[in-house]
Amino acid sequence: MRYQTVIGLEVHLQLSTKTKAFCSCAIDFGRPPNSGVCPVCLGLPGTLPVYNKEALNSAIKVALAFSCQIQEHTKFDRKNYFYPDLPKNYQISQFDLPLSRNGHLEIISEGELKRIGITRIHLEEDAGKLIHGSNSSLVDFNRTGVPLLEIVSEPDIFSPQEAFDYLTTLKNIIEYLDVSDCDMEKGSLRCDANISLRPEGSKELGVKTELKNMNSFKGVKDALTFEVIRQTELLESGQAISQETRLWDAGKGVTVAMRSKEGAKDYRYFPDPDLTVFVIEQEAVKRIKSGLPELPKEKMRRFIKEYGLSEYDAKILVNSRRDAEFAEECLRMYPGKDKKPVVNWLIGPLLSEANNRKLSLCGLKVDKQELINLVGFVEKQEISNLSAKLVLTQMIDTRKPAEEIIKENNMLQISDSTKLEAIILEVIRDNEKSVNSFKEGKTNALMFLVGQVMKRSAGKANPKVVGDLLKRRLTGA
Amino acid sequence: MGLNQFTAHELMGKLKSREILPRDILEDLFARLKEVEPRVKAYARFKPEGIPSPEQSLGLPITIKDNICTEGLKTECCSKILVNFRPPYDATVVAKLKAAGVSIFPFKANMDEFAFGSSTENSCFGTTRNPWDLEYVPGGSSGGSAAAVAGDEAVWALGSDTGGSIRQPASFCGVVGLKPTYGLVSRFGLVAFASSLDQIGPITKDVEDAAILTGIISGYDPNDSTSVNQQVPDYTGSLGKGAKGLKIGIPKEYFIEGLDAEVKDVIDEALNKLKFLGAVSKEVSLPHTQYAVPVYYIIATAEASSNLARFDGVQYGYRASSDELIEMYKKTRAEGFGEEAKRRIILGTFALSHGYYDAYYLRALKVRTLIKNDFDAVFRDFDCIITPTSPTPAFRIGEKTQDPLKMYLSDIYTISVNLAGIPAISIPCGFTKKGLPVGLQIMAKPFDEETIFRVAHAFEQNTEWHKIKPKL
Repeated sequence: MRYQTVIGLEVHLQLSTKTKAFCSCAIDFGRPPNSGVCPVCLGLPGTLPVYNKEALNSAIKVALAFSCQIQEHTKFDRKNYFYPDLPKNYQISQFDLPLSRNGHLEIISEGELKRIGITRIHLEEDAGKLIHGSNSSLVDFNRTGVPLLEIVSEPDIFSPQEAFDYLTTLKNIIEYLDVSDCDMEKGSLRCDANISLRPEGSKELGVKTELKNMNSFKGVKDALTFEVIRQTELLESGQAISQETRLWDAGKGVTVAMRSKEGAKDYRYFPDPDLTVFVIEQEAVKRIKSGLPELPKEKMRRFIKEYGLSEYDAKILVNSRRDAEFAEECLRMYPGKDKKPVVNWLIGPLLSEANNRKLSLCGLKVDKQELINLVGFVEKQEISNLSAKLVLTQMIDTRKPAEEIIKENNMLQISDSTKLEAIILEVIRDNEKSVNSFKEGKTNALMFLVGQVMKRSAGKANPKVVGDLLKRRLTGA
Repeated sequence: MGLNQFTAHELMGKLKSREILPRDILEDLFARLKEVEPRVKAYARFKPEGIPSPEQSLGLPITIKDNICTEGLKTECCSKILVNFRPPYDATVVAKLKAAGVSIFPFKANMDEFAFGSSTENSCFGTTRNPWDLEYVPGGSSGGSAAAVAGDEAVWALGSDTGGSIRQPASFCGVVGLKPTYGLVSRFGLVAFASSLDQIGPITKDVEDAAILTGIISGYDPNDSTSVNQQVPDYTGSLGKGAKGLKIGIPKEYFIEGLDAEVKDVIDEALNKLKFLGAVSKEVSLPHTQYAVPVYYIIATAEASSNLARFDGVQYGYRASSDELIEMYKKTRAEGFGEEAKRRIILGTFALSHGYYDAYYLRALKVRTLIKNDFDAVFRDFDCIITPTSPTPAFRIGEKTQDPLKMYLSDIYTISVNLAGIPAISIPCGFTKKGLPVGLQIMAKPFDEETIFRVAHAFEQNTEWHKIKPKL
């Protein structure tokens, strides 16, 4: 039997607000343990939470970007469970009136456009961190109370690759909104996955497992891929899938069943009496909506339309909001009508420099005008492509203007045919064998001769001009 | 006459005219404590050798209930589980008192553990006695505050009221106690019992003191999302205006079986007095009254079960030793909480559990709205509602400890007020033949404490009940 994979993802996103969700502690993860805390986030007796408007606004931004309906009335609920990283032994979360529902996210997966439903997005508070020693455990409450956004998808994802693409697209949008670091390694973005299999064509959902402990998007994909195989093998051998939580072991590349808890969890949700039901003003939502930045999908479309970019190029450029803004400024500054040369430089040499240095495009801090100047030198064939790449490297290392580097290194190309003719004649005279091969129709020989001219000009000859001149002389054309 | 016997407003006058110094008051209070506290036990951790030098006193002292946070001063809610807890911050009311020049009395008032009780018999520090008869309970849960004020061991005090915990002990001890409108006084720093019902309020020797103290502690607090942002009136301005023309509703549901005959007679007498003073009264109905006790015990215990979850031995307070986390939780809570606390945590946990939530908690919330609607309807035509504060005078120590339901019914007249969020006061209005005080409860619509003070003051100024002191 063939099975269809059904995946739903739960993403937790730490919002990078100035202060925590329900107290005025500044959020700063660089501090020593338990120094970024106050009586409120420590849950000391008598303290009360007051919700952070900035966190609420960030949450609304995300909800709007995912086309969710913002609820008019929303409230906070208590999720009750005992754990040492949770100082009140309940988490302030949202249960039956989340601030938004019914959104969606469009992704492109394996060349196809797909719409993944978003069930709900709600706001809650993060817990602290446990640090386990050999015979004791310590708690760091610095993270306690940091606003978390929970984004729950519909079970609309049908492959591990789709899950990966969903996460990449989601992260991309969140970065555009500038509301979170989205760093999975640092834990500011966390993802749990629910996965089940069902016979192809079946409408009913199979028994699911919940996967936890993945700390990269690749980890999510790998864990899901492992789980597809594991569940398929079980089903094919006639065994049942047990509904359980499994932990991804990235080192071993397997999922392992978590020690099952006695009975079903009962969080005893009830409305937090310390935080009254509140109204989200439609005016405020409108204001937030009108202040939303252009999102990657729209930006990509506009780049294609305004600058004549290919979809492939545009997609690369909108991968990050800051890079896209950097790229767009470069495109605007470039005087030529055809922007292709700039695009080629951005996603060619510049991007590989960035990758080599593990920086973003704009992280290279290349002066935009200088980059445009460099592209200009190449386009006017005043320097070779190869030289230009060296210039770029030096520009990044030394921050010197392109022209200065070109002059210092004597890199200007010789395109003047009278200067080149002399070298060409010399090369023809000294390489009789290759000249004859060319005349016999071996075109490769021409490349060799061009190479010789380049060598004698110390690389400064314009190879295109050299080729043309050589051809003309040898064929008498 | 010792300074400890005066009211706060009288002492304020003496301080202002430099007739006395704050330390003089403190000296007299300490002398009184040495004399009667071993018998009354109004304070949680009182030891004669623990009395500090009165020199440091900067203002008129106030006694604070042990569930209101005082920076650096032990706040244990009279529970073993909060042993040695010294809050690193002041409750908003405490900060307001300090800002107003009032100084915090170094001993804190005894109470039922976490305010769970109606008799102050559920304290890990032992039972507080009623100053009118030491064999009787002072009421609860603010029994320590009420007994201290009644026994002149305090000038005035703060209590907290979730279902009657200020008014019922005020009634039992013959003093004045106000439960302000929900949202008038910040709850920040009050160790929560039931967050949607709790309010801090004054326990005083007369109505004027209650008006002054309410004025000091009231007002919007950005640290409490449930505190209401509105101007606090000058409550002393409503004193002396008389009762003439005031329309009083007498709810028939409060005058039924279970109301002690002597209490009823005293209340009837008080109502006659108010009529004599020019008020008009009429029987009214609060039809959902009979549901108040069950609704209260679902909502209050549900919230309490969650509020008390934080007492787990991890960060502060009592911790039982164990090598294993769950075991540590279990032992800590089993050993740290008293019987009544455990009973309420279990009740509340049950009410919130999956499959029971709709039938209990959600339904209770709906009935709570009906109870509130009852009051709204009456207050459309009446200025206030008057009832007995409690169906009985103080009962004997140990009389109801074996029967929690009987104990819960002691709050039958006070609970509805918390569910509706309205203000109510208890003032002394007479005595039983045995000499136990009886309290008169005056309720008004939300944020209309002014009417309450006006009626209460009019009654008080035309009676002598508040001037009679217990013989200790």
